[in-house]
Amino acid sequence: MNTDSGFNPGLNMATIRQAINETIERGIMRMPTPTRLRDLIRQIRAAKTQAEERAVVNRECAYIRSTFREEDSVWRCRNIAKLFYIHMLGYPAHFGQLECLKLIASPKFTDKRIGYLGAMLLLDERQDVHLLITNCLKNDLNSPTQFVVGLALCTLGAIASPEMARDLAGEIEKLMKSPNAYIRKKAILCAFRIIRRVPELMEIFLPATRSLLNEKNHGILITGVTLITEMCENSPDTLNHFKKIVPNLVRILKNLILAGYSPEHDVSGVSDPFLQVKILRLLRILGRNDPEASEAMNDILAQVATNTETSKNVGNTILYETVLTIMDIKSEGGLRVLAVNILGRFLLNNDKNIRYIALHTLLKTVNVDISAVQRHRSTILECLKDPDVTIRKRAIELSFALVNAQNIRAMAKELLIFLEKADPEFKAQCSSSMVLSAERYAPTIRWHLDTLLSVLIAAGNYVRDDVTSSTIQMISSSPANEQTYITVKFWDAIQETQDNQPLLQVAVWCIGEYGDQILYDSELEFTNERPTESTIIDLYNKLLWSNQVNTVSKQYSLVSLAKLSTRIKNGQNNIKEIIEMFGSHLNIDLQQRGVEFTQLFGPYKHLRESLLEKMPAMTINRINGANSNGEMIGEGEVIRSNSSDKVVNNGNIRSNTDTLLDLLGSGDDIISSSSFTIPTSTPAPAATNNLLDLLGDIDLGAPTISVNNNNNNNNSATSPITMSILDDNENTKIPDVTTMFNINGSSGGNAQANNSNYDLGDFLSSPTLHNTSAKIITVFDKNDLVITFATSRHNDDYIEVLMSTTNNSMDTLEQYLFQAAVPKSFQLQMMSPTGSVLLPGGVITQEMRVRSNSPSAVLRMKLRISFVCNGNPILEQAEVSNFPDV
Amino acid sequence: MINAILVFNNYGKPRLSRFYQYFTIEEQQQIISETFHLLSKRDDQTCNFLELPSTSIICMRSTENCKLIYRHYATLFFVFCVDAAESELGILDLIQVFVESLDRSFSNVCELDLIFNSDAINYLLDEIVMSGLVIETNINNIISRFEEQNRIAKVETSPASVKATSAVSAIKNMNLPQLRDRVKDLPNTFKDLKF
Repeated sequence: MNTDSGFNPGLNMATIRQAINETIERGIMRMPTPTRLRDLIRQIRAAKTQAEERAVVNRECAYIRSTFREEDSVWRCRNIAKLFYIHMLGYPAHFGQLECLKLIASPKFTDKRIGYLGAMLLLDERQDVHLLITNCLKNDLNSPTQFVVGLALCTLGAIASPEMARDLAGEIEKLMKSPNAYIRKKAILCAFRIIRRVPELMEIFLPATRSLLNEKNHGILITGVTLITEMCENSPDTLNHFKKIVPNLVRILKNLILAGYSPEHDVSGVSDPFLQVKILRLLRILGRNDPEASEAMNDILAQVATNTETSKNVGNTILYETVLTIMDIKSEGGLRVLAVNILGRFLLNNDKNIRYIALHTLLKTVNVDISAVQRHRSTILECLKDPDVTIRKRAIELSFALVNAQNIRAMAKELLIFLEKADPEFKAQCSSSMVLSAERYAPTIRWHLDTLLSVLIAAGNYVRDDVTSSTIQMISSSPANEQTYITVKFWDAIQETQDNQPLLQVAVWCIGEYGDQILYDSELEFTNERPTESTIIDLYNKLLWSNQVNTVSKQYSLVSLAKLSTRIKNGQNNIKEIIEMFGSHLNIDLQQRGVEFTQLFGPYKHLRESLLEKMPAMTINRINGANSNGEMIGEGEVIRSNSSDKVVNNGNIRSNTDTLLDLLGSGDDIISSSSFTIPTSTPAPAATNNLLDLLGDIDLGAPTISVNNNNNNNNSATSPITMSILDDNENTKIPDVTTMFNINGSSGGNAQANNSNYDLGDFLSSPTLHNTSAKIITVFDKNDLVITFATSRHNDDYIEVLMSTTNNSMDTLEQYLFQAAVPKSFQLQMMSPTGSVLLPGGVITQEMRVRSNSPSAVLRMKLRISFVCNGNPILEQAEVSNFPDV
Repeated sequence: MINAILVFNNYGKPRLSRFYQYFTIEEQQQIISETFHLLSKRDDQTCNFLELPSTSIICMRSTENCKLIYRHYATLFFVFCVDAAESELGILDLIQVFVESLDRSFSNVCELDLIFNSDAINYLLDEIVMSGLVIETNINNIISRFEEQNRIAKVETSPASVKATSAVSAIKNMNLPQLRDRVKDLPNTFKDLKF
């Protein structure tokens, strides 16, 4: 380097010293000194516009990139630190990833520290670069410096991919036993993340958890409890494994409370609230549905609940967790009363946070103990007026959960006041929930109708479609005098405002249907002007051509106007004119309606009267447990999901379908029936359980089905081939349906049966019975495996069902076994199948004979299909309820 | 679990952002601005919790409903985004621990400290929260670990040691053996010298 020019005869000590100095200078100053982080930040902050800032950042990024190309830059740390800042501002900084790896590989702590931070901020498992880090991590995990190990653990926790987790799990397990508390607690959390990523690695860490709870160090305790909590939530087996630590946890908690003041762990007068909270959470998981474990916790929970100082937030933190735990486990009655009282106190607290917590917890508790929550009703309703949206949201959910038959009038009044002033985001949810509550608990029809009208007025254009449709449904199924009453009300309402679309839609529907009832009854009272034929037609004319009225409302209006033409005595010609004008409307739907209705005034005049008759009463097919008090629903009450609100105009078939659905369908429908937690009051869960019972009780012992299965003798010995799907629960009214599955009848009326099955098919989520041939149905179609049933009646004696399975896949299916079960009211005989191996494109058939014990029973079948595909045993299940009439 | 820890000022400028779940840089920025937007509307009279709308990115990525738990100190919002597994009130205390630790490390911490020490803040945070989980809540422990590491770094990077290490490497680079050989020749050279 400095000796490049050969030996200089003039060399002396001064020149040597100079040479050394120059080299040092050159070593450090190979490049001009980069901007310091501080200066960069100043520059960025001085930028007045976004564009200026971008320019500064781009210039700096370009410079940083160029320095990265230089090897062995002493300024690498500084540049990376600048990159973090740039990254935080939202500019891309991925080009620093490799530099971070270089820094991690450096022996210096400073380099490693910033390198690992870079890895956490810039790297992610989606990039291959991150695999390069595994080796560095492995080295650093074995470093003698605790902080280097700490950095490596921290980084591994942040960016562990499944491969990395597998590679390094062993190291982590070793570190979990380290005598150094700093390393140990980080290793424990690292184990947590590894389990999150790769649950099956949990086994490795189980032995190491044993000693965690005997630690004195709170850092280890807190992380240890976190890890155990995760493991317990991971698998029921581990949960049982850890049941034995309940006494240890209780002891730790007791020590914390009784230890008195310890400066090391004190947080505003409470001993390590963080640890207490974690332990209470773990206790909750361990004590859930376990009377024995709960018993062991009762005392300590009572102690915590009574001894905790509540003047500060920390105290309330602990009380809050305690209450949650008490409510979640099988605790004593006295303790529960205590917990609810604490919540009552919370609710009155001045601190908004505590009030929120109270509402949040009461909502969770409302299922368990509704009467306890009812006591706080007035306070909860008060919270509806809170300016804080978070609190209002909780309060509104809780309020709806509290509505019952006794308090519906009072509650509805409060809720309507809220609805009127509510923010748009609340209006939609709140109005739908109002409708549901009104449906369920309405004391009288008139009250119900009034409430629906008020909801439509208060919520304005924010209501969902379901509110409109269910209001119409409700009106349609009411007695005539109520219909007249509400039509008058709606007429009055739309005199005042016409930009409330849902209100308008319901109003015109009513007027269209019941216009004659309000026009020609002189005893009716109107707040506004009394309608006459001409005022009504004028109003329609105005609505139909108004810019403020949307297309859907115009559609409603046009149909309504056409209907009105058959209700009124004079003015048909005016109506005809209006409708004819729509024959050339720009909107294609309105135009079509216009043209079609015009026909009814022209060549098909004679049909108009009968076509535009009043709609028959629609059945309400939602939760209709009006005034129900639990027992009613137990008796096979019809509970439906919102999603099938579409009006089917045949009540009879409809309700049959419903009942059937419940028997077959999932209880989930009920849960998902509304976005608010409406079914939280007592009746609904009871019903859920009941339904689940119906579905779940498979009576293995019932010898109602005889099975001939020669091919799989050993299999049939172990697996329950004979089973009865539907336990003859006394509560169940097996639907007395003959409309759909007319066992004795002829094959006529298939069209009707198909029609009603249409809805059913959607629910069973298998492509059922949309075909016109009623005798062959596809009962299963999944993964290229298709099973069809061909049914025919055999001499009034039994129904013959020929099952045929087609393998449309490219794989060979072996050990194919088809099993079926029917309700107790039937007997099933299965013949031997044609084979047990399905080649690609192959077919297996099997004959079944079904005898009915009672003529009115409906045939349903539960299927179980098992086979081996590419060495993997596969089990499928299906249910068939759409048997055609035979 | 804590999904993210954000610190931003009253104008929404990020001062610290840590995500314990993977988000692209665009998503991160979106989360920050969305969070700021939600919180800036709330005055100090409201409670310190806000349930994230289900349309937010964090909620869509998580299986549970996520909440923002925040505290507002002078010009800064400290926001923790957590799922249902964390105690709301507990996290409030944790924010307090974080802020007190900052205050102890930077004596009277203010926004400028956060701006100019963005890396140090991250190191401090790593002593409190690790991969989304609480690791230490005792402020004394947090501070002493943090400062011990700062001392190591300081020793390594002090100007004296930089010079020293550079000097060592410079001398290594001088190719001393060769130099020594030449120094051996010095007497011969001197011989030829004429005075």
